[in-house]
Amino acid sequence: MLKTFKIGGVHPPENKLSKDKKIEVLPLPKTVFIPVAQHIGAPATPVVKKGDEVKVGQVIAQSSSFVSTNIHSSVSGKVTKVDFSADSSGYPKQGIFITVEGDEWVEGIDRSEDLVKEISVDGPEIVKKIQEAGIVGLGGATFPTHVKLVPPKGMKAEVLLINGVECEPYLTSDHRLMLEKADEIMVGIQLLMKAMGVDKAVIGIENNKPDAIKLLNEKCADYNGVSVQALKVQYPQGGEKQLINAVTGKEVPSGALPIAVGAVVSNVGTAFAVYEAIQKNKPLFERVVTVTGKGVEKPSNFMVRVGTATSELIEAAGGLPENTGKIISGGPMMGRAIASLDVPVTKGTSGLLLMQEEESKREEIQACIRCSRCTSVCPMGLEPYLLMTLGEKQIFERAENERIMDCIECGSCSYTCPSSRPLLDYIRFGKGKVGAMIRSRKK
Amino acid sequence: MSITVVYTIVTLAVIGAAAAVILYFVAQKFKVIEDPRIDDVDEALPGANCGGCGFAGCRAFAEACVKASELGDLNCPVGGNETMSNVASILGLEAVKKDPRVAYIRCNGTCDHRPKTSSFDGATTCAIASSVYSGESGCQFGCLGYGDCFDACDFDAIVMHPETGIPEIIDDKCVACGACVDACPKDLIELRKKMPKNRKVVVSCRNQDKGGVARKACSVACIGCSKCFKECPFDAITMENNLAYIDSDKCKLCRKCVAVCPTGAIIEENFPPRKVKPEEKKETEPVN
Amino acid sequence: MSKLLTVSPSPHVHSSESTQKIMLRVVYAMIPAMIWGIYMFGLDAVRVGLISVLSCLAIEFLIQKYVMKVKPSLTDGSALITGVLLAFNVPVSLPWWIIIIGAIAAMGVGKLSFGGLGSNVFNPALVGRVFLLISFPVQMTSWPVTRMMDVDAVSAATPLAIIKEGIKNGIPVSQLQGLPNLSDMAIGFNHGSMGEISALLLVLGGLYMLWKKVITWQTPVSILLTVLVVSGIFWMINPEMYVNPVYHIFTGGLMLGAIFMATDMVTSPMTGKGQLIYGFGIGLITISIRMFGAYPEGISFAILIMNAFVPLINMYVKPKRFGGQ
Repeated sequence: MLKTFKIGGVHPPENKLSKDKKIEVLPLPKTVFIPVAQHIGAPATPVVKKGDEVKVGQVIAQSSSFVSTNIHSSVSGKVTKVDFSADSSGYPKQGIFITVEGDEWVEGIDRSEDLVKEISVDGPEIVKKIQEAGIVGLGGATFPTHVKLVPPKGMKAEVLLINGVECEPYLTSDHRLMLEKADEIMVGIQLLMKAMGVDKAVIGIENNKPDAIKLLNEKCADYNGVSVQALKVQYPQGGEKQLINAVTGKEVPSGALPIAVGAVVSNVGTAFAVYEAIQKNKPLFERVVTVTGKGVEKPSNFMVRVGTATSELIEAAGGLPENTGKIISGGPMMGRAIASLDVPVTKGTSGLLLMQEEESKREEIQACIRCSRCTSVCPMGLEPYLLMTLGEKQIFERAENERIMDCIECGSCSYTCPSSRPLLDYIRFGKGKVGAMIRSRKK
Repeated sequence: MSITVVYTIVTLAVIGAAAAVILYFVAQKFKVIEDPRIDDVDEALPGANCGGCGFAGCRAFAEACVKASELGDLNCPVGGNETMSNVASILGLEAVKKDPRVAYIRCNGTCDHRPKTSSFDGATTCAIASSVYSGESGCQFGCLGYGDCFDACDFDAIVMHPETGIPEIIDDKCVACGACVDACPKDLIELRKKMPKNRKVVVSCRNQDKGGVARKACSVACIGCSKCFKECPFDAITMENNLAYIDSDKCKLCRKCVAVCPTGAIIEENFPPRKVKPEEKKETEPVN
Repeated sequence: MSKLLTVSPSPHVHSSESTQKIMLRVVYAMIPAMIWGIYMFGLDAVRVGLISVLSCLAIEFLIQKYVMKVKPSLTDGSALITGVLLAFNVPVSLPWWIIIIGAIAAMGVGKLSFGGLGSNVFNPALVGRVFLLISFPVQMTSWPVTRMMDVDAVSAATPLAIIKEGIKNGIPVSQLQGLPNLSDMAIGFNHGSMGEISALLLVLGGLYMLWKKVITWQTPVSILLTVLVVSGIFWMINPEMYVNPVYHIFTGGLMLGAIFMATDMVTSPMTGKGQLIYGFGIGLITISIRMFGAYPEGISFAILIMNAFVPLINMYVKPKRFGGQ
């Protein structure tokens, strides 16, 4: 029985061009730039300096608070400088530049491909190791995983939801990972379940990946408490709240965390990273990145070291097409357009989408015809047309009452608007202002 | 005359009288006693409700003035000293003179000076563009040119230059209310002391990058070379984060800094054309 | 790379939907009823349609260009819809100059004075129609004969006018003369304006719009149900005095109003719940005017009155929020 979330949603063309492309290991780059803030929370503090020799997997920036995480070197070589450079926002962020020399790994990392099924550590140790390995949510939100695994006082996790939805068009990195690393993901799920102390986990996968659903369903027989839930293709099903609603039918209350309904959501990529961190002793310094787009010669899925420049990935996928108009880090619905090819791959980079010139310009803005499509597709049950007007006119108190802070910025409203109005642009702006207003009130 | 007419008149009269009595008592009951001076002060204010004084509007400012024991912290930038002395005389307080100020946009990054490195295609407001990314040029500090300041100005004192796309302040219309200062997400606009004949010597740049980076992004960027800082005879220039700043309260408009600036980031405006080398200082009249 | 990269906020893709496409679908949906109207009334229907459409387009263009000084937006198709709807709503015998006056009222007063497409509170075509109905009551209620009728007749009364006369003069329904039977009326062998005579073809257009997601079911269903239930109650109380509720559904402009006019996106509520309330109000006012008012037909007035309540409905009727209230 296919399930999906109850309110709103859209179904953009899927364009999963690279879904049959095996994950390839990208050749080592010559230099990397590893930002120290690759996660939500406090940036890590660099612990290396210019001239230091580093090995693959060595901690180069230390987590600075509970909601923060370690950064590990993804290559071996010499630190050339610790400086600022533009990230995907264009604003300079602190990071570590390393010139690659050889590929020497820190001792203790198991580089074999053998599956380690036996779990020999207990719950708290798993959480500690996850924290040390610098694991964050790999779906794109990059929230430190160890924080999620420890529920706030008075709350109890009941179920672990594994997000294999990949509802963004074009992206296939999770899909490929599920197909090629199914056993590893299953062990990772077991580890996460143990860390949280739950005995039930559900993997949510959209119906456009029947091969992954079939494979993981078969694997479920070998692993206790894990099941697969096939889902109807509907964007934004990969949103935490939507996935919980689709699988369990529960609604996370406004302003609350998923744990309020007893659920914790993790990405399949995160589960794989957890497996590697605990069974293989390998911290998080590489991930699968989809490089795709209609003009791309070889749409591919690459295993990429963190810090590799965007240009290297594009080169490996057949070079930059002549008529590229826009490059997006992430998927077309929620990804960020980047202005430079020097932007590095970070832990949260799930894909690179190269859009052709004719696809990349927005259409002309027309008057709102009050067709209410935005209202009907909003997965949070908001009224985007109203929130946009309130943002534009800067009426922030009313916007707060209309629950602007519930917006998950999925972009379904802007996607669907027949008048091509920049609904989300203004809602995001309003959210920023209302958020600042709420914070100043708390002080 | 029909009896209907009489009835009508009588009924209306009774209703009218009853309403008058009710209204009288209601008015008594809900009477608000307000200091009559608030009205007087409100009258003396320009009535622009621009919020430049920091209050919600002219009325709120008038109430604050009446409550205040001295006018030192209260200033109506639109009305200026004249208005404030009127207010002071109404309240029997001493007027505190303030230097008139004028807004200045500290960016000269036109398309010629600052080549575009990407193009933005989203809602055209500076606030949204700056939250998406650093901007269309290599300079993350410069003007975005979508005119949030222009929209914020209630006094038509800002025009968007048709060629450069950078806003310009019309000094004679600017009342220094500060609305544009708050509107600019890049914090480019500053309220500077109004000099005689609207003369200005300003570092028209906010770029805090290192010299090379700044220069690469924009040919008229301040590269933080400190030449002007060393040259200034009045200690009006300070250096911070690779960026020079001229304090308009200390500047005597000698223009020595303009002469030494290697990139032309320091701008002089409304001076007569230079005849000889600007060696003689204090060529301007003393500033009050 | 030859050109600069574009940077914009997400989302970076857009559905193939556009305002123009939506408007054109409404026009497609009106085509069956339009063809039927031309078949029944002959070239006069073509004349009314052309004058109405052309004058609506011209007036929008002139006002936008010379009065509002904005870029004319003829291509969005909304003026075309207003033109067709206005033609649908008037007798085909109407003189050309009255149609132009109607177009001026519709576009100028009903739409552009509010700021153009999307900003108008009232349905423009109905503003035009009601303006004409009040200003030119004789011309607006002289219905020409259709090809199905006796060639000697010069004008015919609509079924609703006959019923209204009956109510006024106390004639029982069963004795009313000239009422077409139900199936004739549903198919369109009927008198009235060009667009309203064939209920079935209007429903066909409505189904097309539902399929293409141009309209939602809530507004038309709630209007029709309200009319059915309210008139049904009266009919059960006194079937001699009040006509059969099904008759009410198929007669007059009710179908046209419920499917094409009340569902106008701009002037109807944003939520399904709101549309149910809105439709209920329209149905109630329509049937009240038909039964107790001075005019035989009330759907135009009903829609205009409920249009005025739309902002209020939008203010208080909110969609179901995710995560409770």
